[in-house]
Amino acid sequence: MGKLKLIIKREFLAKVKNKSFIILTLLSPLLMVGLFSLIIFLNEKNSEEIRTVAFVDESHQLETVFTDSEHTKYVNLTELGLETAKTKTKEFYYGLVFIPKNDSLKRLSKGIAFYSEDTPSLSLLSGIESKLEKKIRNLKIEQLHVDVDKIKATETNVDIASENFSGEKSSKIGSILRMAVGGGFGYLIFMFIIIYGTSVMRSVIEEKTSRIIEVIISSVKPFQLMLGKIIGNALAGILQFIIWMISAGFLMFLVTSIFGVETATSATSVGQMNPEMIQQVQQTSASELQLVLQEIKSLPILTMFFSFIIYFLGGYLIYSSIYAAIGAAVDSETDTQQFMLPVLMPLVIAIYVGFSVIENPHGPIALGFSLFPLTSPIVMLMRIPFGVPWWQIVISMLLLIITFIAIVWFAAKIYRVGILMYGKKPSYKELYKWLKY
Amino acid sequence: MKNILTVENVCKNYGNFTALNNVSIAVPEGSIFGLLGPNGAGKTSLIRIINQITLPDSGTVYLGGEKLQPHHIQSIGYLPEERGLYKSMKVGEQVLYLAQLKGMSKTEAKKKLLYWFEKFEITDWWNKKIQELSKGMAQKVQFIVTVLHGPKLLIFDEPFSGFDPINANLIKDEILKLRDEGASIIFSTHRMESVEELCEHIALIDKSNKILDGKLNDIKQQFSTNQFEVGLLSDNKEVLFSEIEAKFKVQKSKTSINNDLRLLIDLKNGETSTDLINYLNNKSQITHFTEIIPSANDIFLKAVANNG
Repeated sequence: MGKLKLIIKREFLAKVKNKSFIILTLLSPLLMVGLFSLIIFLNEKNSEEIRTVAFVDESHQLETVFTDSEHTKYVNLTELGLETAKTKTKEFYYGLVFIPKNDSLKRLSKGIAFYSEDTPSLSLLSGIESKLEKKIRNLKIEQLHVDVDKIKATETNVDIASENFSGEKSSKIGSILRMAVGGGFGYLIFMFIIIYGTSVMRSVIEEKTSRIIEVIISSVKPFQLMLGKIIGNALAGILQFIIWMISAGFLMFLVTSIFGVETATSATSVGQMNPEMIQQVQQTSASELQLVLQEIKSLPILTMFFSFIIYFLGGYLIYSSIYAAIGAAVDSETDTQQFMLPVLMPLVIAIYVGFSVIENPHGPIALGFSLFPLTSPIVMLMRIPFGVPWWQIVISMLLLIITFIAIVWFAAKIYRVGILMYGKKPSYKELYKWLKY
Repeated sequence: MKNILTVENVCKNYGNFTALNNVSIAVPEGSIFGLLGPNGAGKTSLIRIINQITLPDSGTVYLGGEKLQPHHIQSIGYLPEERGLYKSMKVGEQVLYLAQLKGMSKTEAKKKLLYWFEKFEITDWWNKKIQELSKGMAQKVQFIVTVLHGPKLLIFDEPFSGFDPINANLIKDEILKLRDEGASIIFSTHRMESVEELCEHIALIDKSNKILDGKLNDIKQQFSTNQFEVGLLSDNKEVLFSEIEAKFKVQKSKTSINNDLRLLIDLKNGETSTDLINYLNNKSQITHFTEIIPSANDIFLKAVANNG
């Protein structure tokens, strides 16, 4: 046990003291936050801009639509006529809305045009469109002598709240949240396995090429060395992730407090709406926020937490011992290719299946891949937020543990023989023979 | 004499390949034991079994009378032929780590390490990385790693390769000193002159079989050819030569420094060196008379050739 601790300590320190590790650990959050703040900054700049849009309303029925909002101002150029207005707009304004003279309300919607130097902003255009639509609709309702207020009274906002049979509520937001949480967990495991599995492999190859391996295994068992390596690298990885989380969180807090970003949904779209709509939006967003909180509460958090730990450990140990065996089998990193593909394949498939599983979390594909031990750490974690029957989790974990033991045993055998073999690039047949040594 | 290490009937196969076939050796305590053999004979396989890096398929190894057990690795120091250290790790840290893996406590290891560093005058290397050292310097560090924990049995596989003559001598003296302090040493090498110089016992392994072992002197005796080199002074060398040729199996030797007649004479069964010396003494003046003793190199070549 004491020797294992020594090995873990050395592997951990060797990894952590490595310059590229330090740089990556410290730089990544800065880079991430930098990118994030750049996006926010550009967004701010964009929304600060006030556009002035001119309009020519020859029908004289839609002028009331053009009321100034926070980021858009309107200028009435109807009196100048279209041609003069055009030249003036070209000189001074962002664009020109032209509504042709038309007596029939039915045809009013036709022939409305927008002139501008550049291609107009899509949100601005659709904003104007929806305002005009609403106004024309109201005009039509009036023409039919129907009370507008009565029509308004009929407006309803339907939000289907689905519920499963055990009474847990689910909703669209809930599904999105589940997708995000499950996908995030799955992706985290995927990244961790690839980054730190490769790092274990490199470390094995380094010992082999520097030829220190023979000295070390004359002091400790190869299995101890392999295990120490895997655990040491994992600890370094966990440290890195923790540093990333903390520093990213801290920097994020710093950036948001400097820029004063509001959490409200994009200010532009709110600005363009009329007061009633704003109220409506605020109501829904408030209730949606509540819903999100409710959804978070309804997630099987405890199950998720424990299964994350088990799947994380199982998946990482399985893959990193395969990586260690590969490292032991070859002489240099360039020889690893032929063995890497079969290792990466299940991982990549798991990610793809995982994201399609989110669409149908309880289908046969989802079930199959969440039981298959090489993909289950990723796929099952993506499924769990949607609620998985406990027996499936149990079977999946049992399979994972059995496979873990079998793979570690095989990997240790290959590792034990491989670390002392030099020169020849081994074939799969050769590796099979090593198992019997 | 007590044996520190006894290897009994050890076999080891790798698939269809036999690396060791029923090999037995005994290493006497406090001596230097030469483990010899051509490349690929099975020496490294045997050394790895002694180090418990691999297990034998059959046969037993005893260390100090006990059957080999995991804790015995602390009593063995092994310098492999293929050597290396962690390139980016600092010298001091690295040696401490390896010593701790051998079961030493950190403080003890540090004390011993300082002693060796001072002895080799390399204390200022402590914070250097291995990659900053030359090959010979790294070899010195590796030698310290091997002996630091004071093992009873030391196994050196080609210890002098990579050293310049001065440092090779330094290492040789240290090896002899370790032996004098009571350590037993297994010494595997291809450099026969160092075998001649250091080893009291040898074993020769060829094609996975042990073909020869015992005290070096006894083996030499066994391989002696009863051949003598003589030097004779004579005015008429050709006459003298034909006279001797009539009586003994003789050939001219090339190594003539002064102007004497140098001959190699093989004695047949029944003939003794006294007979020869008396005969020659009557004929002429003897300037040189030695028995040709086979060198370790000759024995090596002959034994391997006989093994076919």
